Amino acid sequence: MLAPDLEQAARWRHVTAISDPQVLTESLRRAANASRATTLQMVSAARLGHLGGDMSVLDVLTTLYGSVLRVDPENPEWPERDRLIMSKGHCSEALYATLAWAGFFSPDELRTFDRPGSALNGHPNRTYVPGVETNTGALGHGLPVGVGVAVGAKLQQLPSRVFVVLGDGELQEGSNWEAAMTAAHRGLDNLTAIVDRNRLQQGARTEDTASLDPLAEKWRAFGWNVVEVDGHDHLGLRDALIAVAAGRPTCLIAETVKGKGISFMEDRVEWHHKVPTADQLATALEELSR
Amino acid sequence: MTTTLEPQTFDCRQAFAETLIDLARADDRIVAVCNDSVGSSNLVAFREEFPDRLVNVGIAEQNMVGVGAGLANAGLVPFVCAAGPFLTGRATEQIKTDVAYSDRAVVLCAMSPGMAYGELGPTHHSIEDLAWMRAVANLDILVPADPAQTRAAVRWAAGSKRPVFMRVGRHKVPGVSDPADPFVFGRADVLSDGSDVTIFATGTPVSRALGAAGLLARQGVGARVVNVSTISPLDEATVLAAARETGFVLTVEEATTTGGLGAAIGEIVLRHHPVPLRMLGVPRVFAPTGDNDYLLETFGLTAEGIAAAVLDLRN
Repeated sequence: MLAPDLEQAARWRHVTAISDPQVLTESLRRAANASRATTLQMVSAARLGHLGGDMSVLDVLTTLYGSVLRVDPENPEWPERDRLIMSKGHCSEALYATLAWAGFFSPDELRTFDRPGSALNGHPNRTYVPGVETNTGALGHGLPVGVGVAVGAKLQQLPSRVFVVLGDGELQEGSNWEAAMTAAHRGLDNLTAIVDRNRLQQGARTEDTASLDPLAEKWRAFGWNVVEVDGHDHLGLRDALIAVAAGRPTCLIAETVKGKGISFMEDRVEWHHKVPTADQLATALEELSR
Repeated sequence: MTTTLEPQTFDCRQAFAETLIDLARADDRIVAVCNDSVGSSNLVAFREEFPDRLVNVGIAEQNMVGVGAGLANAGLVPFVCAAGPFLTGRATEQIKTDVAYSDRAVVLCAMSPGMAYGELGPTHHSIEDLAWMRAVANLDILVPADPAQTRAAVRWAAGSKRPVFMRVGRHKVPGVSDPADPFVFGRADVLSDGSDVTIFATGTPVSRALGAAGLLARQGVGARVVNVSTISPLDEATVLAAARETGFVLTVEEATTTGGLGAAIGEIVLRHHPVPLRMLGVPRVFAPTGDNDYLLETFGLTAEGIAAAVLDLRN
């Protein structure tokens, strides 16, 4: 049922070892598309999930786990690890596929997604799933927790960096801006927020709901270093994720396409949490295999 | 000329602050988080000694609780301090999701609970907190009744490795606990024995319940007074023994009777040994303007009011 690509995909250690940019790009592209295919199958089997946002964020997640994060799948609670906090927890299936690819648990586990009693809930739970740092699902929670981890790492002089993946619609929750103030005030240069800027939320376009633009200026005004990147360009993402601005937290605004990689899903609001038909699934898997 | 001796009273917030500093001296993982409440949480001395280990996020309670959870993720032992109404009311979802559901060992310290800020009105009264926090799974709830219990509860919470919610009273109270054994997690303490009725009290009303027991004794009514300093998990054995042995139960709390201590005890009694039960606290109303003493009197939370409620219950 799972995409064979994922089962055979290079694990985290192998990908990070790649130095040739072209080979790295192609490896990450294949891995992200394998995770897309897996995610599609998980959602199709469970009959629920959030495919649009999964597709938009998977290049970010794959780049993080494939070439940036210092984590040890054999020791998920390693104190000096980097943290990835998936604040947009509704895209749990994308996170699970990525964690399985990175080696935190067997890809076989993914078959249980959303089944009764499964560890793989529709929103991530850290006590059940290795590699999950904090329970999310309700929006606006990840950045404050990320600020706390970043402060804790500084206090203990740990090298850990903290990455928080935010949905753009999620930024309508005020708690993000409370955390943004604290992060800048405390000069948390070990904290990077990544906004999955796909411009769609559950019911409509973000700019037609409660507009976020000018988004970069908002973060800058809050005292953050802001970098706008193509959220589907693995090398560009990797370079931006590795970079640090001394004395300031960084916000990457990753310009993405909701439903990325699947022609009939791209930039379509109804694919926020729609489930594909058997024909649509076949078409999508075929497109992703290219 | 006669002299009236007032009972000696003690400051729980002071006990809290001193204990936190003692702990912080011995363990550099102890950190405090607050919301512009350095003064009202008695953290001035902590800040002077450990400036880096006080994280003041400003007036931002949702962020404050999330930051606490993140500090715990990073291996620290955070005490998150804020006025009770705002800690619980503004950040209930963060307490649920970031702390309790995520199973992070954060100690949530609700300062000045109940109607400690009486004159400031119902926005500043923390009477719903016990009901709200009781409804959250995986959260231990402590309400120390005096400074000795506060010291011991803070020490216990620092080592518990579990999510904890704790009330820290603002107004001075008499000592009521046994100095040799001031706080045992999960145990309700029988402070005075009696076989005619049991008064379960938590926090500031405990000393008043003892006063009521004295008044009742003069009328030949033997009241058992139980200090419930752990609300969750509740000491079911002590509750049921009291219900069986005394036949009448009165609960007393500086909180709403909808969902607080009274409801917690009522749930156990009703399930296992139904007896006549009455809950004393704030009924489902917003309190009028007045200081803490006035409001406690208004809602019958004085020794006289508690004694009267007992007599009414037994008639």
